[in-house]
Amino acid sequence: MKKTHIILLVLIAVAIVVLISYTGDLSSYETIGSAKQKQGKFLNLIVKMDKSVPVEYDPVKDPNLLKFGVQDSLGGHINVVYHNTMPTDMEKSERLVLKGKVQGDTFECSAIVLKCPSKYKDNAEANKNQPVAITN
Amino acid sequence: MNTSTNAAAVQFIGEHLLPGQIGYFLTILSLVASLVATFAFAKAFYAKEIGSENEWKRLANIAFVIESAAVFTCFVILFYVISNHMFEYKYAYMHSDKHMPAEYLLSCFWEGQEGSFLLWSFWHCVLGLIVMARSAKWKKDSYGVMMVVSFTQFCLASMVVGLYIFGHKVGSSPFSLLRDEMPWPILSRPDYLQVLKDGTGLNTLLQNYWMVIHPPFLFLGFATTTIPFGFAVVGLLKKDHNWLSNALPWATFSAGMLGMGIMMGAAWAYESLTFGGYWAWDPVENASLVPWLALVAAIHTAIIFRKTGTGARVTYLFFGISFLLVVYSTFLTRSGILGDTSVHAFTDLGMNAQLLSFLYVFVIPFFVLFFVRYKFMADPIKEDAVDSREFWMLVGSLVLFLSAVVIIAITSIPVFNKIFGTKIAPPEDPAFAHNQVQVFVAIIIGILSAIGQYLKFKGGAASGSFLKSIRLPLIITALVSAIVIVFVGIEFNDKGVGFLAALFVATVASIFAIVANAHYWLVVLKGKMKSAGASIGHIGFGLVLLGILLSSSNKKILSWNTTGINVIQKDPNGKSPAGNPMENITLFEGIKTDMGKYDVTYVRDTVDNLDKKFFELKFAEKGPNKTVKDSFNLYPDVLKNNKGMEGFSANPSSKHYWNKDIFVYVTSFQDHSKDDTVKFKSHQIKVGDSVFYSNGYVKLEKVLVNPNPNRAAGVNELVLQMAVHSVTGLSYEMKPTIRLDGMTMSQVPDTVKAQNLIVNFNSVVDQPKGILEIGIKESSSLSNLITLKAYEFPFINVLWIGVIVMTLGFVLSTWARVKNLNAK
Repeated sequence: MKKTHIILLVLIAVAIVVLISYTGDLSSYETIGSAKQKQGKFLNLIVKMDKSVPVEYDPVKDPNLLKFGVQDSLGGHINVVYHNTMPTDMEKSERLVLKGKVQGDTFECSAIVLKCPSKYKDNAEANKNQPVAITN
Repeated sequence: MNTSTNAAAVQFIGEHLLPGQIGYFLTILSLVASLVATFAFAKAFYAKEIGSENEWKRLANIAFVIESAAVFTCFVILFYVISNHMFEYKYAYMHSDKHMPAEYLLSCFWEGQEGSFLLWSFWHCVLGLIVMARSAKWKKDSYGVMMVVSFTQFCLASMVVGLYIFGHKVGSSPFSLLRDEMPWPILSRPDYLQVLKDGTGLNTLLQNYWMVIHPPFLFLGFATTTIPFGFAVVGLLKKDHNWLSNALPWATFSAGMLGMGIMMGAAWAYESLTFGGYWAWDPVENASLVPWLALVAAIHTAIIFRKTGTGARVTYLFFGISFLLVVYSTFLTRSGILGDTSVHAFTDLGMNAQLLSFLYVFVIPFFVLFFVRYKFMADPIKEDAVDSREFWMLVGSLVLFLSAVVIIAITSIPVFNKIFGTKIAPPEDPAFAHNQVQVFVAIIIGILSAIGQYLKFKGGAASGSFLKSIRLPLIITALVSAIVIVFVGIEFNDKGVGFLAALFVATVASIFAIVANAHYWLVVLKGKMKSAGASIGHIGFGLVLLGILLSSSNKKILSWNTTGINVIQKDPNGKSPAGNPMENITLFEGIKTDMGKYDVTYVRDTVDNLDKKFFELKFAEKGPNKTVKDSFNLYPDVLKNNKGMEGFSANPSSKHYWNKDIFVYVTSFQDHSKDDTVKFKSHQIKVGDSVFYSNGYVKLEKVLVNPNPNRAAGVNELVLQMAVHSVTGLSYEMKPTIRLDGMTMSQVPDTVKAQNLIVNFNSVVDQPKGILEIGIKESSSLSNLITLKAYEFPFINVLWIGVIVMTLGFVLSTWARVKNLNAK
């Protein structure tokens, strides 16, 4: 066996080990219901804003405190605390991916990914923004 | 889509249908012509007799020239449509508006999928014409390469053709009309163009000059990977390895352009996105990086193969995979599959099946061909010398390639979820998950690119002479590393000692790469430009690594919100989750705020004619004894979002020093100057009296008559000296004034913005008794405020210089190889 083959096998083994060890870091997408069962575990929620809960954010008092409510497609509801500035367009966003942990009754969020379909355009969203005639 | 049945009967006013009709025709023409060219080039490639070969070649050339002319004309027409604001075309309506500065019209062009496919196609035409011009020299090889290029062109043309074939939509045309694509009732009105008025514009984040030039370079890089891939296919078909020296300059050029294109995207992210960096391991970024890694690995194995005759299989494989990764990236970023993991993938255009076919038609035939020819690519049986250059180059190439495999595997998690129905999400700290692996790649590649040049091909360099020649670079590296570590340091302690140690080693390795290659070029190659490509490329790569390590691991947040004046009320839970700190400082207009090393003042804001709101921030670096060491202004801005989105996009602003950047952006702002409805409340008061307000009290200390000696002649002033004591214990001074200028009296109220307090001296009620009337107003709408995030990036210039040097290395090496080929 040639030395390059041995090196090749070693490197491939390392790459496989790296990928396997990486899977240990992976998290999962959960529903609000299942997330509540996993207190303190880092996970991802795919949710939308619950408009019945007012968004609390006052940058004069504390620009790093945002509280709001979310719900998922199964009807689960949870209040979210986010220690950062309010992302632009959050209330407009039709879908949020929240990363964080459930602590008691609240979701301690460490990152928010907004899914604004209009960001790179989408017909459904564009339809909502279609121009309206001023006269008839 | 929805096509109104009575549309034909309606005469629409003001439409320009001709450009679109020509465009449609030309996209179909380019589709057909590229198919003809593919077939004819294949025939020429396989022709046994010179006569029929020339016949087919002539036909193929004509077809490809027609195809190129069609693509170039489409390009011009689409630009004409956008720049003339013809909003009857969906592409113009969706991607541009009338107010946009002219320089961004090109960004509009490649904002959408259709335009960027057209751009990619455009580069293939340019490259194809160059290859055709070389056909006298390359003969059959050029036909084979052109067959691959033409077929790629056919696939790309099918993406923009916009036809319905057996009920399936094939491609999405940039020339489709808004009224054919959108079911809006308004579009059936004859005068809809008068009603539409303006397009929805270019995404505000993309309104940046980097977005004008980043896509052309990136797509040039993508397009150039097709040529070495084509050569590799030719080599496999012909069972002939002679293509290598012709393909290498294309490969080095491609790596140079692709590398620069990627880093221009990074520069854009740094300048206009607000995640506070240039690289986030976003899937879209990864998808463009992995073809580059594979290509660089392929270049190195190709050099080994040419010099030693070993490594054929990896060379074919790597050139193949670098192109296939470009196609796979296209699928990832354009199919919408990245949905939840990427913030800036394209939107799904409903062409996933087509994109997937695009992937399969290249992946399957290539691997079939590869395994059919597996025996043919066998290496001569001989033992590799461990002290040879090729041995370590091969190790380095394999490491680069496997690093690409790891990155793309992680990036493909959404694909994995789709296939297997799993719900795997990215880890808690996705950037660190990549960094902890790639730092070791950086160490290995740094060291290998340093020592590689000092070893000889096929070994045999006496180990004594190797050690002798590398001794000086090692000593210099030790010295430079010591200086860098002492004076700059690596201060990234968040992830434990192990990672910190790895960062230190990587820093030394990258310095070693820079020093050793510089030494090799200056001393061994005597500074000759002709053979400098590899050395300079490696120096650039070392600088890139060093710049990344120094800037990222020493990145500091300057805007810690720890000053008492801002946080009136602390977070009642007192919780600040680790890794999610209070990174935003609140600034009130006109009030100097302490921010660690700097005093920051939000001086004012201005709005330019494009509705961009600039905030003027004055930074004063504190020196000893309350002196100001350095002072500068920064102008971060916000731009109102378009496309029906509310809110604003923030654009950062940076102060560049030679050794660091101060990087700031506005995270939120409140402009209250227009909606002040609160009324003054009147109070009667004497000297020594206090009046309460919601957050403390105001005390009248004394009344001053004409305290200002510099007032204008004939003016008399009555000034109330007042003290404001807030419940938090902070005190402020106020001086509301009544001014008498002859017969006119004016009131000059005074404010304490931090307390949202405004006090007016209304009148003197009873002079003998000293009773005065003041008005107090409290209003949250009193002051404009912003929240600001500020970072310090040390030595980020090392990264940008490194990119330029590395690109220069690739260009030099391309130039030297082309010169060499022409000399033959």
